[in-house]
Amino acid sequence: MQFMLLFSRQGKLRLQKWYVPLSDTQKKKISREVIQIVLARKPKMCSFLEWRDLKIVYKRYASLYFCCAVEDQENELITLEIIHRYVELLDKYFGSVCELDIIFNFEKAYYILDEFILGGEAQETSKKNVLKAIEQADMLQEEAETPRSVLEEIGLT
Amino acid sequence: MPAPIRLRELIRTIRTARTQAEEREMIQKECAAIRSSFREEDNTYRCRNVAKLLYMHMLGYPAHFGQLECLKLIASQKFTDKRIGYLGAMLLLDERQDVHLLMTNCIKNDLNHSTQYVQGLSLCTLGCMGSSEMCRDLAGEVEKLLKTSNSYLRKKAALCAVHVIRKVPELMEMFLPATKNLLSEKNHGVLHTSVVLLTEMCERSPDMLSHFRKLVPQLVRILKNLIMSGYSPEHDVSGISDPFLQVRILRLLRILGKGDDDSSEAMNDILAQVATNTETSKNVGNAILYETVLTIMDIKSESGLRVLAINILGRFLLNNDKNIRYVALTSLLKTVQTDHNAVQRHRSTIVDCLKDLDVSIKRRAMELSFALVNGNNIRGMMKELLYFLDSCDPDFKADCASGIFLAAEKYAPSKRWHIDTVMRVLTTAGSYVRDDSVPNLIQLITNSVEMHAYTVQRLYKALLDDISQQPLVQVASWCIGEYGDLLVSGQCEEEEPIQVSEDEVLDVLEGLLVSNLSTPVTRAYSLTAIMKLSTRFSSVNRIKKVVSIYGSSIDVELQQRAVEYNALFKKYDHMRPALLERMPIMEKTATNGPTDIAQTNGETDSTILDTKHLPSITHPASQANDLLDLLGGNDVVPVIQTTVPTKPASAGGELLDLLGDLSLTGGPTPTPAPSVPMSQPPFLLDGLSSQPIFNDIAAGIPPMTAYNKNGLKIEFTFERSNPSPNIAVITIHATNSTEADMTEFVFQAAVPKTFQLQLLSPSSNVVPALNQGSVTQVIRVLNPQKQQLRMRIKLTYTHKGSPVQDLAEVNNFPPQSWQ
Repeated sequence: MQFMLLFSRQGKLRLQKWYVPLSDTQKKKISREVIQIVLARKPKMCSFLEWRDLKIVYKRYASLYFCCAVEDQENELITLEIIHRYVELLDKYFGSVCELDIIFNFEKAYYILDEFILGGEAQETSKKNVLKAIEQADMLQEEAETPRSVLEEIGLT
Repeated sequence: MPAPIRLRELIRTIRTARTQAEEREMIQKECAAIRSSFREEDNTYRCRNVAKLLYMHMLGYPAHFGQLECLKLIASQKFTDKRIGYLGAMLLLDERQDVHLLMTNCIKNDLNHSTQYVQGLSLCTLGCMGSSEMCRDLAGEVEKLLKTSNSYLRKKAALCAVHVIRKVPELMEMFLPATKNLLSEKNHGVLHTSVVLLTEMCERSPDMLSHFRKLVPQLVRILKNLIMSGYSPEHDVSGISDPFLQVRILRLLRILGKGDDDSSEAMNDILAQVATNTETSKNVGNAILYETVLTIMDIKSESGLRVLAINILGRFLLNNDKNIRYVALTSLLKTVQTDHNAVQRHRSTIVDCLKDLDVSIKRRAMELSFALVNGNNIRGMMKELLYFLDSCDPDFKADCASGIFLAAEKYAPSKRWHIDTVMRVLTTAGSYVRDDSVPNLIQLITNSVEMHAYTVQRLYKALLDDISQQPLVQVASWCIGEYGDLLVSGQCEEEEPIQVSEDEVLDVLEGLLVSNLSTPVTRAYSLTAIMKLSTRFSSVNRIKKVVSIYGSSIDVELQQRAVEYNALFKKYDHMRPALLERMPIMEKTATNGPTDIAQTNGETDSTILDTKHLPSITHPASQANDLLDLLGGNDVVPVIQTTVPTKPASAGGELLDLLGDLSLTGGPTPTPAPSVPMSQPPFLLDGLSSQPIFNDIAAGIPPMTAYNKNGLKIEFTFERSNPSPNIAVITIHATNSTEADMTEFVFQAAVPKTFQLQLLSPSSNVVPALNQGSVTQVIRVLNPQKQQLRMRIKLTYTHKGSPVQDLAEVNNFPPQSWQ
């Protein structure tokens, strides 16, 4: 996979993960183009389209478009499954995930993605294991934070 | 300093902004606050600030001032800091900035951290955006982790290694030892990433590939276990056990089995098993089948398996799911070359896909349809394709039209069918055909001699309907110019001849000249067509009028032509019939240079125009001057080629009673009386023809003396024309051994019916006395049946004041010249 984009029906980017080195301007340009092309697709069309020398695999879940750009030799159908698996992970983690969850917890969405995919390839095929790893990392984070944040909440810093 | 606002609060606030300007204001304010906080080197809130910065970055605002802060976070001991820090690095940093190198040390430390989640973070970051320098520095650490027993880390290390190899291919060797027992892992995560790593290595290095071939049995076993094992809740997806791993293994098997008989055999069974046992009701199953099919087609599988694969694709084509259909068409396109017959069986389904609503599917179906066209199904397929051409999107029309032309050319069952098809394309998608198809079509039409009447009639009718499609109009006006006499005389055999008068035809052509829809090129075509009709129609006055009007046209091209044609009417009327003769059959040559096309002497502009080179720009004015000069300077009119016999003697009729049973090939029009002392005709045209243009591959053919009488000696030298071996190129050299010059020298030749002959212009028409020089002229003989070459020649010249004429037969051609 070269990159993954999540965006709303209005074309607002909710998550962007790049697995190839590109400058900020290039990323912006590519995102704009891809978003435009995908949003222009009619509902009955198939989930794959050719763009430059890549294949774009996209699927719409409620108000969010999940879009992956893969190389020519990739299996498009299994890429659809990868997208679906990611959505399932988000769903399990947030409990019936919706777009707002991803907006307000974008860093968590990234953490989950990074536990599922590394360098553009899936690293763990078991849903359970991914979620377990996230859970434990979250706990680590909490342990480190707890003593301070309580005082902070009260305002006694 | 109050605590900076929390991330969620910021997000909430920004979302309340009603306009872009409002949002920008909020963001700027917050950025300022963050910047001052960074300056204060505040450790407590750095994490929160960077998180906010990342959010604003996602909205599209600049965040580069946070880059160093990310590095500080990575260096912190707190897990929260590291988490945000690494995320920030992946989002804000890239290998173009030198800053990223500062990360290397931190990553190195974290790769050896006591907490596996920290190690995981660093592996992830390195594997996602590590530059070549970083990879070089840290490859050793990654390799170490590849050998650990901790499966959480091992799987990440494997993918990190993949990234390292992609960035620094030379380091691949380093990871080889660690791969030894990767596949004996039970953990699916490790298995999956190991297969990815092995795939990457095999794709990059043929040595690795042969080294890893021995893993095929192990891979087959793992795959078998996945299929046969019962329900495993951890890896199940719709009843299939770990489809991701299955697909990856199939892909690796494909690479290992390609070109290798033993490996291919070892995987035959498992492939058959997967192909037949996989559930196809959901996308997952189809994903696995798809990969299986790709593997079967790529390795050296037995034919039964290949047929099975193609049938799977055939079933895919009937699937309701659009994605599956698309994937099937793509795969079939890849296999149509190798397994043509098997794919043919699914032709009707493929053709149905032409009617699909999805653009990508339609395009694939079109490409596949063209690949499947052959001599047997051409009629049926063409019907479907023409229907498709009618209704498809404009983006497709150009490709579809070209494809149809190609297919028609290769497999046309009859000339009539071919012309009908071409007409159909021109009328439905006329404006989308490519530029070079106009000359191609003209050439096709010229060569279908028996169809001329039919073609011109149909084209005329098409013009009456619609003059907006330029390629159609251009071909039509060219044809009407050429075959207008057939049109008017109502000679059509193939269909009901229409009654058309000369005036009606001229009306149409003049209509083209004035219409706003016509491009300048089209106008040029129609003017020339009108001119040509002056020799075929009787209403010459009307044509003269039209031509003279355009002598003052603003369009330089039209003006030039009109002026020349006017000149033809006024000064060179005797030559007009010869010049505006029927076009000879054009040879289709591979190259496009005008010199490669057989040229007749003194071509009219239209001849030059209609060669393969696109007529949009005609020749520079010098060409026009040539024409006039040639005509003005010489009495001897260049020899003109006529088409094969059916036409009654056209070029002035003079010559040709000569040669009773032989077909006519060359003849001058009557030379007018005064014999002006000859100047050398301008060499522009000659330069093109009298030098041997063609590669001399038959250098070995000996020259021969064709004629030697009364001091005039004519020698033939031979070359073979490079583009087509059926053509022999003969150069005649005429020398004069008498003491007086031979002036007004004209050489003519005739050949038997099975040959075609073309005479290019002579170097001059004075053969100097006492062998002081020679006249050379090039003859091209087309000998498709490779029969023995015979020639009858006629020589006329003036010697010591009196005209001399002689006929001779040349039979002593060396065998190599015609074999």
